[in-house]
Amino acid sequence: MAPRGRAHCPGRTRMELRLSKVSHAYGGTEVLRDITLTIPEGRIVCIVGPSGCGKSTLLRMMGGLERPDAGEILQVGAPPEGCLNPLTYVFQDFALLPWRTVAGNISLALEDHRLGRTRQDEIIADVLARTGLSDFAGALPRQLSGGMKQRVAIARALAVNPAVMLLDEPLSALDAQTRELLMDDLIGLWTRAPFTAVYVTHNLAEAVRLGHAIVVLSRRPGAIREVVEIDEPLETRDMSHPDLAAKQQHLWQLMRDEARAADAELAHA
Amino acid sequence: MPETRPVPFRGGGFRPQTRRWVGLVVFAALIALAEWGTRTGWISNLTLPRPSDVLATFGELWESGLLFKHLGPSLSRLAVGAALGASVGISVGVLIGLFSYVRAGLVPLVAALFPIPKIALLPLFVIWFGIDEGSKYALIAFGTFTPTVVATYGAVDNVDRTLIRMGQSFGLGWWSIVRKIVLPGAMPGILSGLRVSLAIAIILLVAAEMLGAEYGIGAYILEAGSLYDLERLFAGVVILSVLGVAVSAAITQIEKRLLNWRN
Repeated sequence: MAPRGRAHCPGRTRMELRLSKVSHAYGGTEVLRDITLTIPEGRIVCIVGPSGCGKSTLLRMMGGLERPDAGEILQVGAPPEGCLNPLTYVFQDFALLPWRTVAGNISLALEDHRLGRTRQDEIIADVLARTGLSDFAGALPRQLSGGMKQRVAIARALAVNPAVMLLDEPLSALDAQTRELLMDDLIGLWTRAPFTAVYVTHNLAEAVRLGHAIVVLSRRPGAIREVVEIDEPLETRDMSHPDLAAKQQHLWQLMRDEARAADAELAHA
Repeated sequence: MPETRPVPFRGGGFRPQTRRWVGLVVFAALIALAEWGTRTGWISNLTLPRPSDVLATFGELWESGLLFKHLGPSLSRLAVGAALGASVGISVGVLIGLFSYVRAGLVPLVAALFPIPKIALLPLFVIWFGIDEGSKYALIAFGTFTPTVVATYGAVDNVDRTLIRMGQSFGLGWWSIVRKIVLPGAMPGILSGLRVSLAIAIILLVAAEMLGAEYGIGAYILEAGSLYDLERLFAGVVILSVLGVAVSAAITQIEKRLLNWRN
């Protein structure tokens, strides 16, 4: 996928992520094959594929939590000013420390940077306000619903002002209604301050709703089958619009046979 | 008309609930039974001392000031020995949990040391650390050390790895991850291990004091036992039980403070 010309903040140096010929195998099992992909700045790239296609592995590689056997992953350009952690994850299971409050969980990401007490408190107050969590600063994770927990994780990611957000099925552990609400939240956050993101999901509706580009991976070993671009701006996307419905239908056509084959493969394994 | 009946209830149970006074009632009932038995002659005085006599003995012990003469040295031996054993045990356990080489080197050693009855090593400790307090500290410390190590590295192993990956993904340093993620995550396991270790420490305290101690609960029990003075023997045993309950209650309090994030 070629980076688009229309950057959101022209003149500002930004960072993009470039993957070239990334391949990986666990033991003798090949999981990723020859992935070449660019994540342009200011846009959300969704990665979809059947279960076990290596999409989460690919995301872990993008953030440096895992090393590919072959190929390279490059960050091009400088991260934005004030960025504390260029590549920042939001995990499916939230990964909040149960012994820390909401504010404490966010400060965990800041403490090692020695910002000073006031600056740190400012950042925490700001991200809590942006995610609608200001009233919950002192709550412990066990007191929160799944949706609130994921909002805390998103706030923690925003606190370090990342160059690229890496979201690993962030809504998959939530129920359908909460998922809708959080999608609205993410769109709102992006519209107010566009961020660069890689969003891994197996849910095509999420991909069509949030993705500027949707990368479809084949079943194992995961390779790029197609990249579907959606030009409609995020904030005006109406899921009942025939164009979007057609895109989702097209994605399902691509995925269906792969998913069926992947399903049968697992059953035989 | 078809047969109509309510759906029978078959859920419930398997959920422990707090029943505050049941424990005390069981205690009181057993003591009352012993008192009644010894008074009516159904239980002979040689089999079991009369609870009221034990209480009287305890009262004498209190009034003569001998209680604190025995309790003082015992408590200080317990405190020093257990603190030494537990702190070294927690440190070694964390190291085993964090470093593969330490694990490979020390886990077999700990497994070899664990089943040794530490009391059997008392003569050795007397040679190494002297007949005075040193050997008693060493025995208690050694006895608390092994169960603490095993509980601690198990607890470190059980810390959620996704939390550690999260820490790494935010660029936290190694020491930050250990201090802010691994140690708090292992704390529940470490504390429940400490519960067992400290009970073992009390057992070893008595064993240590049975050899060459003038004062101490163990010395007191040994002396009473050799004279077949069952009232004093039981008074000593009751002190040990109370000590055990107190230690356990103290750990419960620590758990309440440190682990209030759980429930």
